[in-house]
Amino acid sequence: MTTDIAISAKGLNLTFQTNDGPVHALKDVNLDICKGDFVSFIGPSGCGKTTFLRCMADLEHPTGGSITVNGVSAANARAARAYGYVFQAAGLYPWRTIGRNVSLPLEIMGYDKTDIAQRVQRVLELVELSGFEKKFPWQLSGGMQQRASIARALAFDADILLMDEPFGALDEIVRDHLNQQLLQLWARTNKTIAFVTHSIPEAVYLSTRIVVMSPRPGRITDIIESPLPRERPLDIRDTPEFLEIAHRVREGLRAGHAYDD
Amino acid sequence: MRNLLPVLTVVAALLALWYAAAVWLNADWAYDRAQRAGTTLNFSALVADTWAQDKPKLPAPHQVATEIWNTTVEKKITSKRSLIYHSWVTMSATLLGFILGTALGIGLAIGIVYNRVMDMSVMPWVIASQTIPILAIAPMIIVVLNAVGISGLLPKAIISMYLSFFPVVVGMVKGLRSPDQMQLDQMRTWNASAAQTFWRLRLPSSMPYLFTSMKIAMAASLVGAIVGELPTGAVAGLGARLLAGSYYGQTIQIWSALIMAAALAAALVALIGLAQRITLKRMGMA
Repeated sequence: MTTDIAISAKGLNLTFQTNDGPVHALKDVNLDICKGDFVSFIGPSGCGKTTFLRCMADLEHPTGGSITVNGVSAANARAARAYGYVFQAAGLYPWRTIGRNVSLPLEIMGYDKTDIAQRVQRVLELVELSGFEKKFPWQLSGGMQQRASIARALAFDADILLMDEPFGALDEIVRDHLNQQLLQLWARTNKTIAFVTHSIPEAVYLSTRIVVMSPRPGRITDIIESPLPRERPLDIRDTPEFLEIAHRVREGLRAGHAYDD
Repeated sequence: MRNLLPVLTVVAALLALWYAAAVWLNADWAYDRAQRAGTTLNFSALVADTWAQDKPKLPAPHQVATEIWNTTVEKKITSKRSLIYHSWVTMSATLLGFILGTALGIGLAIGIVYNRVMDMSVMPWVIASQTIPILAIAPMIIVVLNAVGISGLLPKAIISMYLSFFPVVVGMVKGLRSPDQMQLDQMRTWNASAAQTFWRLRLPSSMPYLFTSMKIAMAASLVGAIVGELPTGAVAGLGARLLAGSYYGQTIQIWSALIMAAALAAALVALIGLAQRITLKRMGMA
């Protein structure tokens, strides 16, 4: 693992002005994410984990502090297409086939036709959807749709992947399967992944670092380095090491008074 | 067969109602004539008379059908008495007005969606434009355009446009705004330009709305074309047939023109329905 920093937030603040007064979505958030890291953000609703991710993506604008992505501002990083973003819903266009959905960002970025075709083939293979490029989204299951949306985020070779509860709407079994696939994909591509979730096992299973957040104001309460090896079979979740980290995450959530109400 | 039966039942019921109404409405005239002739009418003679008058208050269906047959199949298309000819005159104005109205509607909708000033200011005027009775404004449009040397097809088409752009504006504003925030955010993460977002996301998303609006616009456009023919003393077109019919009390002619207009509207709307099915199927949305 290199020590180069992919994403760096310093004293990040974000306050939304609402009719009920200001809401502190993020308060004094400091975090460095190294290249090749798999960082999960966990916490209850309103803790600012999605907002933080959206700040990295330049979809929200911090009201204080600074954030850099690949050493430049978030806005410049977005302009340079430095990251792929996977939303909670697959968000595939119903009028485009899977192949054409994956090629959509490539068309927008002006890749030429042969390059697009090759890239679509390659990323569909990566998410095990080869042979489905001619199908329309409604012909695929929810899990397959989400895999297609991951393929779309990978297609233009951004080395950062931002994922906002990508498997939140899927059932447990599909989710296990996709988690496993995501780890394999991460091992093969060596991307930096920032992953928002509200599932403790998911966070512990996937991450090299787990960032525990807490609401009102949204802030980081604990950062847990995972001692688990990068190679992780599903049954690692029954080992004492795994359970210990999970326990620490739970403690961290409780310490942040996350479940007071 | 199972679909046909309810339709046929309704049609039969309507025809029965129509025949009964013809007897009821035309009976006065039949009694009047019988009285003057010094005869009395029994029921079957009354019915026979009310269904066969020259200028009935309400012509019976078969009279209208005969008139339509005589003025379509039996007449040459070039004849001034051919309903096909008159339908063609009205349809050309309808189609031109529909195309202009759809273009104007889409243009205004794009302006409203993309321009804040237009968003705040245009819609009230669009709505106000539709509260003015078209019958009041149609003669003025024709007179004004005539004064600047424009006559014939275009003034009628403009009245059609005036009626048909409205549903397209309303539908397309809704349609172009139908992509949700997540889809728009997604476009932002790819740093897509406004034009790319429009062509690849907003416009395809609006297609179901566009076709629905166009169906309404087409019907409105036909009404506009007919209304446009009324105040000009036009010599051709379904509106002219209606007007001439009402001058001379030719109720059968009025009804046949009405039926023709309804058939024309149904055909044009069905055509858009077909285009909708083909387009949405090719887009994988139907």
